[in-house]
Amino acid sequence: MLVFVLRRSLQALLVLFVMSVLVFVGVYAIGNPVDILINPVADQLERERAIATLGLDKPLWVQYWSFLSGAVHGDLGRSFVHSTSALGLILERMPATLELAIAAMLIAIVLGIPLGLWAGLRPHGFAGRTIMAGSILGFSLPTFWVGLMLIMVFSVMLGWLPASGRGPTKLLFGIPVSFLSLEGWRHLIMPATNLALFKLALLIRLTRAGTREALVQDYVKFARAKGLTNARIIGVHVLRNILIPIVTIIGLEFGSVIAFAIVTETIFAWPGMGKLLIDSINLLDRPIIVAYLLVIVFMFIVINLIVDILYSALDPRVRLAEAKG
Amino acid sequence: MAGEQTPLRRVASDFFANPVAVFGLVLFCVIVIVAILAPIISPQNPYDLAQLDVTEGRLPPGAKSLGGSTFWLGSDDQGRDMLSAIFYGLRISLSVGVMSTVIALGIGLALGLTAAYFGGRTGTIIMRIADIQLSFPAILIALILLAVLGQGTLKIVAALVTVQWAYYARTVRGAALVEKHKEYIEAARCLALPPLRIVFRHLLPNCLPPLMVIAAVQVAAAIALEATLSFLGLGLPITEPSLGLLIANGYQYLLSGKYWISFFPGVALLATILSINLVADQLRDVLNPRLQR
Amino acid sequence: MTEPILTVSGLRTHFFTRAGVVKAVDDVSFEVARGEVLGLVGESGSGKSITGYSIMGLVDSPGRVVAGNIMLDGVHLTALPAEEMRLLRGNRMAMIFQDPMMTLNPVLRIDTQMVEAILAHENVSQGEALDRSREALTRVGIPSAAERLSGYPHQFSGGMRQRVAIAIAMLNKPDLIIADEPTTALDVTIQGQILYEMQKLTRETGTALIWITHDLSVIAGLADRVCVMYAGRIVEQGTTAEIIDAPGHPYTRGLLDSVPGNAPAREKLKQIPGMTPSLLDLPSGCPFRPRCSYATVECEQTPETRPFGTTGRTLRCFHPLPPPE
Repeated sequence: MLVFVLRRSLQALLVLFVMSVLVFVGVYAIGNPVDILINPVADQLERERAIATLGLDKPLWVQYWSFLSGAVHGDLGRSFVHSTSALGLILERMPATLELAIAAMLIAIVLGIPLGLWAGLRPHGFAGRTIMAGSILGFSLPTFWVGLMLIMVFSVMLGWLPASGRGPTKLLFGIPVSFLSLEGWRHLIMPATNLALFKLALLIRLTRAGTREALVQDYVKFARAKGLTNARIIGVHVLRNILIPIVTIIGLEFGSVIAFAIVTETIFAWPGMGKLLIDSINLLDRPIIVAYLLVIVFMFIVINLIVDILYSALDPRVRLAEAKG
Repeated sequence: MAGEQTPLRRVASDFFANPVAVFGLVLFCVIVIVAILAPIISPQNPYDLAQLDVTEGRLPPGAKSLGGSTFWLGSDDQGRDMLSAIFYGLRISLSVGVMSTVIALGIGLALGLTAAYFGGRTGTIIMRIADIQLSFPAILIALILLAVLGQGTLKIVAALVTVQWAYYARTVRGAALVEKHKEYIEAARCLALPPLRIVFRHLLPNCLPPLMVIAAVQVAAAIALEATLSFLGLGLPITEPSLGLLIANGYQYLLSGKYWISFFPGVALLATILSINLVADQLRDVLNPRLQR
Repeated sequence: MTEPILTVSGLRTHFFTRAGVVKAVDDVSFEVARGEVLGLVGESGSGKSITGYSIMGLVDSPGRVVAGNIMLDGVHLTALPAEEMRLLRGNRMAMIFQDPMMTLNPVLRIDTQMVEAILAHENVSQGEALDRSREALTRVGIPSAAERLSGYPHQFSGGMRQRVAIAIAMLNKPDLIIADEPTTALDVTIQGQILYEMQKLTRETGTALIWITHDLSVIAGLADRVCVMYAGRIVEQGTTAEIIDAPGHPYTRGLLDSVPGNAPAREKLKQIPGMTPSLLDLPSGCPFRPRCSYATVECEQTPETRPFGTTGRTLRCFHPLPPPE
């Protein structure tokens, strides 16, 4: 098992390295790096000084080297707009995004798996069909439009929930979180639900498909021949089999949720990394864009790594094969 | 009674057995027709600045314009007739979505077939790139590409193509690999048929079913992605307002209760995506060998 | 004469598909005496497996038992509610399937799958259930049973897995075991071992056995009595010796002749001409008529099951074959 983890970690490092090269080339080589990194309103003298300081007159590989060494020390440049460390800004906003993403994922899982299971067990019943119809709808609804409609209904028409912002936060282990207060929840619930919608539909369909496929397998027939109760057959035999691919997909989709939070944060003015990115793109604050990219790539690689390890831990066929080889 | 059916006829009869799927197909056809005929059936040309009057902006649905025509779905802040704007918007959204899917399909097909048939280092490299790209969410890749490349229709299409090709490449390669090892390919090889011919006449037709399903789903996804990007202000330029941009325009008026500027374009977008998904869903069930009795 | 453990009379199991009604089992009647081994022989599509499923109550939609009586030790199975049927399955009657890799759940441990079969029917402690499972494994000839219990199915060879399945079937000391082609998926040498094990075990415990197969050579050494099935009907019944030495039905004759070992050396292998009919499109009258070399105009009527000879044989044919000289 240890060998497996080491091997995967090395692969992950390689991907991270390749991505850093790509990001570097994208920002520093394509387009005018001067424009990208230097504040557009600087005058000629400041530009020349900045070019020299940033080493933009040096050969490319030297620049990459200093970029890399800066990156390793956590220095990814300074924001034009905020004049503070780009990386610092991103990290400051990360808890908000993570809280939103985790809340959304939890909603999707808690609702999605049971609903999908039911739809898979009784595909032709009224409930089953309604669930499936709902899932196609949830799948097809444009997330940003749903967000707008939610605001329209719950904030404008009904006045129940606030239309934007994060609300008061409390500190949990030094990290500001919203879910510990009711007011925080009132701000969290709409964006989290909006973000969850797509994944919820996905999970329902996945669980349903997995259940339907599992139910026609021979091991289900054998379990029935043994005289096991339906509850046990579904709760143990079917569930253990379908949870393996579902858990891995949940892990992979989590990264996608973090990325899609960009849209939700924009609509609900939720102060996370995503909103920062959009603002930065509009304000041409390129160091933030670079920092965001690298942080996200890093997060994705870590998530993929965890999912790989999780999968091999859950499926005994893979786990024991890895142990042997 | 239960005689021999050609595969095509069986697929068609299975497909049409589901009323929901038929509804989706009909809806989609209606939308396509509307999109094609937009210039003819729109009450107003929403891009013709001469026809617009700002004082007629933000009127609710059903209001009458000074020219005597009705704003069936209201007007936006520029005084554009929402119905016309939606028709034209559908046109743009559909064409961008379909065009990018077709191009991505072509590229993905070519690369996937190459990787499968010729294998070796090239094949592995292609698939590696595809895998890495697929592990990142589409919206992120598209956002970053557009942030670097800037705005413009061509750049949007390029971003959409970049986001999609890997799906096709991977599906085609998977299906082609399975087929490649089947005996009829060995037979064709033994007959010394040229590789291109084997690939196109023999491998390709058998990879089509999963491809069709994926392509259908991807068109819907491409339309949704383009709308999202346009909503964020990174998509198509405002001279060619897609549905996403229309919705974005209405964002600021939501809080004052002028819902129609965002609502109706959203419904149109939803109808488009939904109809495609309904068709794709049924297509997938019909073509899935594992669920066949 | 003691009462038979199983009585099947007039069983009809039909599948209601979109293409039409498939009469998979069409008026099947037979008895199994206590401790007897009955062979159910036929090609694929003859309805032998479905007969087994019908007895166990495992027929899946779109199939249904539409007519007939099944009595197990005096209990009318067809009239039982689902929960009572479940209590009988794996308890008084058990079933073994063809492919043990698919019938054992790949993600659950062997001991889990064995213990649950016991606990579904008896209220014993976990420890006692484990002990019994271990003994059962040893009895079917699996070495180091204690270690094997904590393993997973993919760690066993095909023959071993089938032994596990047999052990599970015998855990609660059933009166009847239905074995559906249990050796078809195994190597020939392993086949022999499994056959021997099953014969020994059932004789020791007095369990009745229905052995479903398409392979007459397996039946020859194993079964006390044989039913030959074709197109959902039993065309011939009798003791093994009678059926093999003096078959009455042309189909049985054809089956015997087509066993490669039976053909004289250097002569062409005999085959039954034609193909098994599709159950959607059966010929009128006797279903074997198109392939039978003895068919006459009379065979356009459907033959009924009639007694044949004086020893309790039955036959469903207008032209029984004369006994060999």
